[in-house]
Amino acid sequence: MKVLEIKNLSKSFDNIEVLKSVSVEVSKGEVISIIGPSGSGKSTLLRCATSLEDIDNGSIDFKSSSFGMVFQHFNLFSHWNVLKNITDAPIHVQKRNKDEVLLEGRMLLKRIGLSDKESAYPFQLSGGQKQRVAIARALAMKPDILFFDEPTSALDPELTKEVLNVIKSLKELNIAMVIVTHEIGFAMEISDRIIFMENGKIQVEGTPAYIRSSENERLKSFINSF
Amino acid sequence: MSFSQIILELLKGFGVTINIFFITVVFSLPLGLLISFGRMSSNNFIKAIIRAYISIMRGTPLMLQLIVVYFGPYYLFRVQMGTSYRMTAIYLAFIINYAAYFAEIYRSGIQSMDRGQYEAAQLLGYGRASSFFRIILPQVIKRILPSITNEVITLVKDTAFAFTLSVMEMFTMAKAIAARETSLVPLFIAGAFYYIFNYAVAFIFEYFEKKMNYYK
Repeated sequence: MKVLEIKNLSKSFDNIEVLKSVSVEVSKGEVISIIGPSGSGKSTLLRCATSLEDIDNGSIDFKSSSFGMVFQHFNLFSHWNVLKNITDAPIHVQKRNKDEVLLEGRMLLKRIGLSDKESAYPFQLSGGQKQRVAIARALAMKPDILFFDEPTSALDPELTKEVLNVIKSLKELNIAMVIVTHEIGFAMEISDRIIFMENGKIQVEGTPAYIRSSENERLKSFINSF
Repeated sequence: MSFSQIILELLKGFGVTINIFFITVVFSLPLGLLISFGRMSSNNFIKAIIRAYISIMRGTPLMLQLIVVYFGPYYLFRVQMGTSYRMTAIYLAFIINYAAYFAEIYRSGIQSMDRGQYEAAQLLGYGRASSFFRIILPQVIKRILPSITNEVITLVKDTAFAFTLSVMEMFTMAKAIAARETSLVPLFIAGAFYYIFNYAVAFIFEYFEKKMNYYK
């Protein structure tokens, strides 16, 4: 079952074509990593898919599925504590039962290992903890697809690991995940499918094994640069 | 005239001062927010008008603005406003003047907010209004509170400009008593009143600032 179908998506900024007719399909529960050099259009693809950017051409069809987003810079709401960050949107946007949402919020905190931080404010957390809370915030909305826009690029190596471990643990939830990342090893390990982008185009696409054995020169040199 | 008589007489004027102060604060703070939206509007026409308005409010003396608001209706439109218009004119002039300053403070606060806060709110499904009032504005208020405090303290002292339209607020009264008694004492007492009032204003705003110190 498809949860997202992007067809021939094009996007330009000031006459520079950042995405050149990109098509992507995402199936239910599928984990997809998007890799590629800086400026290849990975993040723009996510921002267009989530309508943070307008698109010039093409179509985006979510098949009535919902999505959430985890940002590079977390974007937690600094005036709210951790639990409020996670539960406010389910309560006020989705109008779900408050007690139920709070219970689920606490379960999510347990899942990300931050049960003792529910009353902490974002400024009291490390970057890794903030990102884990941001992941819980997105999960609390019960999305069918979760987008990650370079979720560890703003983190130190030690903190990167704890965030990657949380993302890995989400596989069992059967939520589709689309992850823009520079962590090649992580992408190889977690993904059902990897998309290699360069110059606004999908150059190579396939299973981690396929990507690893690809003869595409640009992909090979990109992977070898790590 | 005894010390206590002077104080009693000044207190009458102080009532007018307080009136001007509170009415200006209560109306110009929300109006300033509305104007800041106009200043940041994507509609160039609205933006240009608001920009001109703010520029005039900041670039001309409040005293002159009071005169224009009071005499304007007659000289521009030949409309007789009657004497009851005097206080209204004072309130109006103070409100539109202070709203302009507040608008610029709001704008600086709103524009200093990280784009990511809006984007996260949008993707969590908050509408435009609720992301602004639930997520953006509370953080903006924390950032701009010190500047707001500054303006409000200035307002306390600016109320003295009401004398331009011969309204007997505290300072006008102090000057009158000083002239009659050929003494500077009434003016010093008025000064003490302003100081105490501002001390209280600063105290209250500091309290709010502290209340918002629970996060960074």
